[in-house]
Amino acid sequence: MSFLEIQDVTHSYFSKQSKTTALIDVSLSIQEGEFISFLGPSGCGKTTLLSIISGLIEPTIGHVLLENEKVTGTNKKTGYMLQQDYLFPWKTIEENIFIGLKLTKQLNEKTKQNTITLLEKMGLKNVSKQFPSQLSGGMRQRVALVRTLATNPKLLLLDEPFSALDFQTKLKLEDLVFSTLKQFQKTAILVTHDIGEAIAMSDRIYLFTNRPGTVHRVFHVPDELRREIPFHARSHEQYSDIFQEIWKELEELEQTNDD
Amino acid sequence: MSKQTMIEQLHRDYKRSLTRNKRWVHFFQIIIFLTFFVLWEIASRFHWIDPLIFSSPSKVWELLKENILDGSIFPHIWTTVFETILGFIIGTVAGTILAAILWWSPFLSKILDPYLVVLNAMPKVAIGPILIVALGPTMTSIVVMGAIISVIITTIVVYTSFRDVDQNYLKVLQTFGATRWQCFKEAILPSSFPTIVSTLKVNVGLSWVGVVVGEFLVSKQGLGYLIIYGFQVFNFTLVMQSLFIIVIFATIMYKLVEYIEKKIVKNG
Repeated sequence: MSFLEIQDVTHSYFSKQSKTTALIDVSLSIQEGEFISFLGPSGCGKTTLLSIISGLIEPTIGHVLLENEKVTGTNKKTGYMLQQDYLFPWKTIEENIFIGLKLTKQLNEKTKQNTITLLEKMGLKNVSKQFPSQLSGGMRQRVALVRTLATNPKLLLLDEPFSALDFQTKLKLEDLVFSTLKQFQKTAILVTHDIGEAIAMSDRIYLFTNRPGTVHRVFHVPDELRREIPFHARSHEQYSDIFQEIWKELEELEQTNDD
Repeated sequence: MSKQTMIEQLHRDYKRSLTRNKRWVHFFQIIIFLTFFVLWEIASRFHWIDPLIFSSPSKVWELLKENILDGSIFPHIWTTVFETILGFIIGTVAGTILAAILWWSPFLSKILDPYLVVLNAMPKVAIGPILIVALGPTMTSIVVMGAIISVIITTIVVYTSFRDVDQNYLKVLQTFGATRWQCFKEAILPSSFPTIVSTLKVNVGLSWVGVVVGEFLVSKQGLGYLIIYGFQVFNFTLVMQSLFIIVIFATIMYKLVEYIEKKIVKNG
């Protein structure tokens, strides 16, 4: 059995006026330690799928198995990182990164020390007593990563975590996140609409069609690229080949949508 | 002259013009203040206005001095200030608790919605007589009056702010398995603190209205009592003096709340 199994997931949102099917018949499986990307246009249900995997929402049809257990609500195995950092502005950096430990009642001297060490590894020393507003966007997103990793989840869900950052910060953070996750051997799912980011970071890319979202095609990133950190992967000769391939596929998808 | 010194010079000029502007503002503020009291005094002396009804600054001042020296004014001041502070604290706290209950149960909030609208539209001072009959002609009635006038509007404003908290903050907490109470404590309440404090500012004013009206209706002590007593015995100097004290204390309380707001919002 795989680490994560998504079995025939279909999800609809209901409102008085309408029903919107966000996802239809999504099935996929992910092995432990893999880095997966969900690529697709905005509004193709990628975020919905992440919410379903994390247990925040229950799918209308189908189910998700994490380590052979059915996901029925949020759990300690999964960490979720959002598009923006969403650090609590009234809490210090320290209080922010301890929040997960506090809520799951794991806050003790040892876990505190581990989290602070992780923060320092991210290049953030002497900021524990500061407030988020005193930090730059890139620093804040790093703090958000520490907050997510603090509870030691096995599976990380990254919902366009770099989209709100400037390009330079984004490239640096991609490398940092990539090497941190590899070092701790985390399984990760990255949602993005940036083809380059998906290629540079992941082992496999699931291309989603537009609403209702479903897996259109799976791209396997060549081993040569997978070994490199994202920044080097971007300048690898095979990078542009796979980029062109995915680009073409996306174009075709859009055309079929327009018809 | 180099560019650098030119910019320095211009900056100095700019700062000077700012100070000058501020001085003029203060100047006209003082002019208005003095004109008002001088005109009032003159108008009263020359009987342009009826001195029996409108009194005069000098008479009010004499009375105030007398009442301060013999200490007779202080019990009235403390009574009213105490009632107002208690009223607006109870009003704000109760309003916030009600808002929390509404946030807790969306179903309940849907049920109560029309009642909130009606209660908010109703002029609260109109139920003064009923309050006094129900609770007795005591300080309790007056404090309740001061609280009730602000509780519904506080509920509505704070509840709206609870609901408007960015859902992604809740999402962050929920991914860690937070309960509804934890969400409230960690995200909803702290992010609404600025709103709660700014309702305090409104509630200070409202509670003064409630307490003074309450004292009009029933009381043996307080600034509202002095106003209604002065009115009954046709001593308008006393009315003006009480009004003057109310203005002073209401301003002090407003400024205090404003100061607290600045402190809290800065940390937030």
